[in-house]
Amino acid sequence: MEGAMKPDSIINIALALALAPLLQGVISRVKAVFAGRIGQPLLQLYFDLARLSRKSAVYSTTTTWIFRAGPIVSLACTLSALLVMPFAGIPSVMSFPADLILLVYLFGLMRFFTVAAALDTGSAFEGMGASREVLFSALAEPALLLSLLYVSRTTGRLSLSGMLAQASVVTPGLILVLAALAIVYLCENARIPFDDPNTHLELTMIHEVMVLDHSGPDLAFILYAASLKMWVLGAIIVGMSAPAIAGLPWWLGYLLYLAGMLVLAALVGVVESGMARLRLVRVPQLLVAACTMAGLAFVLVLR
Amino acid sequence: MSLLLAALALLLASGIAAAALRRRPGTSSAVAAIGTVAAAVLGLIPSVRVLVDGAAVQAHAAWQMPFGSLAVAVDPLTAWFLAPILLLSALSAVYGAGYFRAHDPHASTSMAWFWFQILVASMVMVCIARNAVLFLLAWETMALSSFFLVAHDKHKPEVRRAAWTYMVATYLGTACLLPMFLLLGRASGSLDFPGLSGAHLSPGMTTAVLVLALIGFGAKAGVMPAHVWLPEAHPVAPSHVSALMSGVMIKTGIYGLVRVAGLLNAPPVWWGVALVFLGIVSGVLGVLFALAQHDLKRLLAYHSVENIGIILLGLGVGWVGVSLNNPAVAALGFAGGLLHVLNHALFKGLLFLGAGSVLTATHTSEIDHLGGLLRKMPVTGVTFLIGAVAICGLPPLNGFVSEFVIYAGSFTGALTAQVWSGVVLAGVVAALALIGGLAVACFTKAFGVVFLGEPRASHAAPVRESGRLMTVPMAVLAVCCTAVGLAGPAALVAVTRPVALLTGRLDMHGVFAHAVAPLVKVSALSLTLVVVVALVAVVRWRLLAGRAPAAGPTWDCGFSRPTARMQYTASSFAQPITDLFAKILHTRKVLVAPPGYFPSGGRIETETPDFGRERIFDPLFSAASRALHPLLRIQQGHAQMYILYVIIALVVMLVWKVR
Repeated sequence: MEGAMKPDSIINIALALALAPLLQGVISRVKAVFAGRIGQPLLQLYFDLARLSRKSAVYSTTTTWIFRAGPIVSLACTLSALLVMPFAGIPSVMSFPADLILLVYLFGLMRFFTVAAALDTGSAFEGMGASREVLFSALAEPALLLSLLYVSRTTGRLSLSGMLAQASVVTPGLILVLAALAIVYLCENARIPFDDPNTHLELTMIHEVMVLDHSGPDLAFILYAASLKMWVLGAIIVGMSAPAIAGLPWWLGYLLYLAGMLVLAALVGVVESGMARLRLVRVPQLLVAACTMAGLAFVLVLR
Repeated sequence: MSLLLAALALLLASGIAAAALRRRPGTSSAVAAIGTVAAAVLGLIPSVRVLVDGAAVQAHAAWQMPFGSLAVAVDPLTAWFLAPILLLSALSAVYGAGYFRAHDPHASTSMAWFWFQILVASMVMVCIARNAVLFLLAWETMALSSFFLVAHDKHKPEVRRAAWTYMVATYLGTACLLPMFLLLGRASGSLDFPGLSGAHLSPGMTTAVLVLALIGFGAKAGVMPAHVWLPEAHPVAPSHVSALMSGVMIKTGIYGLVRVAGLLNAPPVWWGVALVFLGIVSGVLGVLFALAQHDLKRLLAYHSVENIGIILLGLGVGWVGVSLNNPAVAALGFAGGLLHVLNHALFKGLLFLGAGSVLTATHTSEIDHLGGLLRKMPVTGVTFLIGAVAICGLPPLNGFVSEFVIYAGSFTGALTAQVWSGVVLAGVVAALALIGGLAVACFTKAFGVVFLGEPRASHAAPVRESGRLMTVPMAVLAVCCTAVGLAGPAALVAVTRPVALLTGRLDMHGVFAHAVAPLVKVSALSLTLVVVVALVAVVRWRLLAGRAPAAGPTWDCGFSRPTARMQYTASSFAQPITDLFAKILHTRKVLVAPPGYFPSGGRIETETPDFGRERIFDPLFSAASRALHPLLRIQQGHAQMYILYVIIALVVMLVWKVR
């Protein structure tokens, strides 16, 4: 058993619950700055969540209970994923060998129900988004797991908490893996260049179009689940790139990690300001490139 | 042991009784179903007992057969395969009684029941046989009885074609098993299994035995490229037979592979690597071809190929662990592979029964004609959803448990791997991830298009939920999937004894205790997930309390009159994936684009033929048939000529003998 439960593991979860929606605000603010606009408030997503949860919902007569279950399962999956996510060198509440598999597959379950809810509406647009989502995430999954296999090999640990607590040494392998993970991060969180969350044309959307029909608290659940997912995947990237924090006082570790999360969000904003969405046929190539980079990094470390 | 033999006798007796009741299909079904359930209960008792206390039981009797002896035994490995066979047989038999009645209550099904009972009995016999001759006889009986079951609707030409494909594939397999047992028997001087294990084989001989086993057993298991019979035979067989064949019969191939490789002292290093390679090929190509299908049962048949691939990945990791002298990797690999044998029997059996229920209600298994069935068939829908989530390997269901164990084995091995084993294990991880992702694509397609949305075509008769006889077996399997998913540690403990038979000389002390600990946490988290889902549902209910949700049409982006025909179909859902892998799939498209400014009457048809059939076996067989054509000259249809051949043959043998 790597890392017994400590009381401060709970703080990790509380931080994620409280701060996850902030990342979206940072991204929009960075994009606004680049575009020369003032932009929406940093806390816009909090306001949206509060307003949506006070509203009623509209349901299509085509839909069944699957449509209502989609947002519930999505949120429950991300909440459960928080239980295996370490942060700032503090092990997760539940840490065990190969817990990263569970993390990845919880996101798989979330996707299954999001896609099923989309197909439940019978809308051609939602079907289209669902069809793209399943392809892209199927290609992103090997890249994510191969990257984690690399980290596991270099750190000699099998649990996420064990892996991410180790100091990272900058090697060619680590750079390749971080590049692969950055691609996975952008793809899984439906950001440019894979998906444009701000587009106004349903035909070109992926994630947004799948949740078109959701409203009220259901939509709030989906938005909150998406920002939590972004937080969890971000914590993995920050954990891998952060220098050794084992000797630091705990508050400095937290500060370092929080700064890392905000920088990551700002970088996403920079990427989104600097490039356009890829053509859909190009997306798989980028994801296959991510798999190749992660695989190459692992082979490099085998010698 | 006597309980198991009694179960066999009961199966034969009820089979003969069912066959005798030709005029009364209802009674015939009842006799067969009750007989199978009783036999399953009788047989499960010794199987579970062996798994729990680990003591093998055996019986031995003399037999007039040359080289044969009636040697039977139940050891933990046998018991591990027997348990799903008996469980799924009983549930399929009950379902079959309802299925035959719903399709045509007056059709005579007595012979189908007879062959069904023979199939179950022969599968049991294959697992308990401890003599090569007895094993092969049971193996052939199994092939023959399932052939007659596949050919149940023999008046349809596609059924006859599928049955022949199956027949050819299974005999090609047996053609490899016969020399394999002869090689083993010659080296050891005995055809009894305990004796065979003493055989001292040269490395070349070992290679020959293992390759023959791989082809012979692989053809039955549906390992690519010997899988061609699965997508032909499973769709045309009655659904409970498909469930039985796909859920457990193809696993006898895995059983044979494991049993024979276990007889050899230590398989060579390439064996584990070869299994991993075949597992990757079968797994990835299986799910890709499944994605390209739009017949529900054909899709499920390809998923059997995929899951056999996952089982091979697990077993391959196990043997790689044996080669590396790493007990933890070996234990996790074998345990994952064997657990997946059980899990696949549960969820694939469930999915085929669900597909049969859809077929019964709508008279079609064409996915693109279906839709919106969840409202009309709630039990079939919910159980199919559970099967779909399970087969995708998602928590909290059973598929996740076995895939997690295989992943854990690969990650553990990768910590200390050299280059070759590292590449192999990384291949396992990448393949499992890709298979998992594509399986989610395939089953959101299958479940989403069949059960959600609006019906895509109007059905002649109103769609109704199937009767109790059909829904109860599905519900039982769904409960089993959930139970194994939540009780992962117990499942791992149960599989330790069969695994210990495979790890050979490795020191397994304390390995399993170490392997169970993470699964305890997985189970805890799976339970937490269920609780969190309930909590979030309560929160949603509180938020919506006092506010009546409004109802309206689906928002179709400003289009005010969406119709059922505008929905995404299975083919359109899978199209980005089939396009991406077009080089492998070779999907044929017939597209008639709607003409003019006011278009009407466009049409698109897609068909993805099997690459093994098109690229490998059809050319091979036609070449063989061309090459053998001259031999047709001696086949003239005159009895006199044939008698002449017999006399010539006799004279030649006589001369050879007395010379």
